[in-house]
Amino acid sequence: MSVAAITPTYVGERRDRVENFHGNQIVYVGWDRHLMFCSPVAFALPPETPFSKLQDEIIPGAFSQHPDFAQIDWSAVVWHLNGAPFSPSRDKSLIEQGVDHKSIIRMATPGLNGIKGSGS
Amino acid sequence: MSNRKINMKEKYRLLTRDLDWEYSYRDYKEIFPQEEFEGIKITDWSKWEDPFRLTMDAYWKYQAEKEKKLYAILDAFAQNNGQQNVTDARYVNAIKLFLTGISPGEHQAAMGFGHVGRQLGGVGARVACQMQAIDELRHVQTQIHAMSHYNKFFDGFQDFSHMHDRVWYLSVPKSFFDDARTAGPFEYMVAIGFSFEYVLTNLLFVPFMSGAAYNGDMATVTFGFSAQSDEARHMTLGLEIIKFLLEQHPDNVPIVQRWINKWFWRGTRMLALVAMMMDYMLPNKVMSWQEAWEVYFEEAGGSLFKDLARYGIEMPAYAKTAIAEKEHISHQAWSIFYNYGHAAAFHTWMPTEKEMDWLSEKYPNTFDKYYRPRFEKWREMEAAGERFYNPTLPMLCQTCQIPMGFTDMEDPTSTFYRQSEYDGERYNFCSDGCKDIFDHEPEKYVQAWLPVHQIYQGNCGGPSMEDVLGNYYKINLGVDNMDFHGSPDEERWNMWHNLESAENKLKRAS
Repeated sequence: MSVAAITPTYVGERRDRVENFHGNQIVYVGWDRHLMFCSPVAFALPPETPFSKLQDEIIPGAFSQHPDFAQIDWSAVVWHLNGAPFSPSRDKSLIEQGVDHKSIIRMATPGLNGIKGSGS
Repeated sequence: MSNRKINMKEKYRLLTRDLDWEYSYRDYKEIFPQEEFEGIKITDWSKWEDPFRLTMDAYWKYQAEKEKKLYAILDAFAQNNGQQNVTDARYVNAIKLFLTGISPGEHQAAMGFGHVGRQLGGVGARVACQMQAIDELRHVQTQIHAMSHYNKFFDGFQDFSHMHDRVWYLSVPKSFFDDARTAGPFEYMVAIGFSFEYVLTNLLFVPFMSGAAYNGDMATVTFGFSAQSDEARHMTLGLEIIKFLLEQHPDNVPIVQRWINKWFWRGTRMLALVAMMMDYMLPNKVMSWQEAWEVYFEEAGGSLFKDLARYGIEMPAYAKTAIAEKEHISHQAWSIFYNYGHAAAFHTWMPTEKEMDWLSEKYPNTFDKYYRPRFEKWREMEAAGERFYNPTLPMLCQTCQIPMGFTDMEDPTSTFYRQSEYDGERYNFCSDGCKDIFDHEPEKYVQAWLPVHQIYQGNCGGPSMEDVLGNYYKINLGVDNMDFHGSPDEERWNMWHNLESAENKLKRAS
């Protein structure tokens, strides 16, 4: 039983189908141990967005207020996609490398642990 | 009608059980079509023990007396410019949160109990639910009246019911009640009657009402007193429904346990709003959220669940996580609102030095280690004229709809992520509690109206912040939202009390 309903065949409307986002998909990005940004953030992006654009334009727009941001050594960033280790190719699009609708990209920046190392 | 005097017992019977009749020409299932689909087995409704022992005529008389007193005090409050006697204009933001987030919930509860008061087969239970429906309606009305006076002097009160239906953080209490009201009648009773009214209500009302008393808000205190005897009745109804369901059939036990697990978790998530209110929004603190949680959940709830153990009911499944979170959630919730203070219909601010010290003292294991550095950084940014606002919309939990601001209790510096795949699509959650609720009934929660996704779908007035916040939410931009410091609320308050704003002090000093 996938829902307790009076109608046995009840089906719910999938409100966040990718088709509803006018050509975009939702991508979440979280920066580990930088909770000055209270939660991961959500972007609506075309699935064809190259990873380089995400890294060079979109992520800085979200996180550059943090004093650690300028210190990031991008070659050392550890990425996760939906919980699994991830090695993004800068030239490939999001969708080509498995970043699909409502996927979570996490970036960890070794040595940078937030304000006074507090995880903020 | 003869003039024969009827005794209390007879009158009680006539006005409750005797309101029912034998259904002679319709099938019982046609009359009560919602009684079976949840899997609950009722063998004998006559075993229901009426919890209120109150008849309608006595109810009217009693409530009318309370209303008379309440409105006399509200009038006096208005005539004496009571709004000027609260501790500090920051306090009023707690009342804004109450009016937009909680009062509409009273209305939802009125509709919910009205519905259940039609659907349950037992007349005793129906009458009790109908009385509670009227109580809830009275609560929402008196709350609106009590707070309407503040609307004349402070910003952010004007469109509370419109905001409740649309604003991102108000989808948290709204979806909570929508979830309960779209469940079957027995789940609704366990959700609202028991889990909320019995297990968690003290954590909502005691903080707000004593918070009001500690901060000179006589209007809200008086409302609280007027509601108190109703709340006591609601608690007895909540306890009766649980005992009745558990005694009716052993097959009900696992169903009820699952509902308790679910609604305890949903309730504690929603109470994060109360936690931050207590620790951050009250200029005069009553007690910390952690202390309130220990008294009202760990002690009171602990003995309740000991009592229910004889029916085979255990502590709610996620109680352990919730207990560990008591040292964190108020700070995390306030961080969320501080991040998105530009998108809220009330003001946010950083605690003063003295308030930070209070937090360090009350949260010796967590505040200095995890939260003080962040808050000091934010204060520093504000002093430099760069008050921090998060420029990007947050990721929300599919179930509780709160931004994913809660962390792993094994490692409180790490966001807690959970994900499910259902019917080819990903769904994301802030906790095991929220994930398990989804996984059990995905067809319900795939429908969640997540404010962030709705904005990105273009359903909230347009693409710009002005479209969403100004036109769609009806927040008066630059007036209702942003930091308390520099707000028109602060300016008026200072004018009434001949105080100088922090900004002017700085200017004069330099």
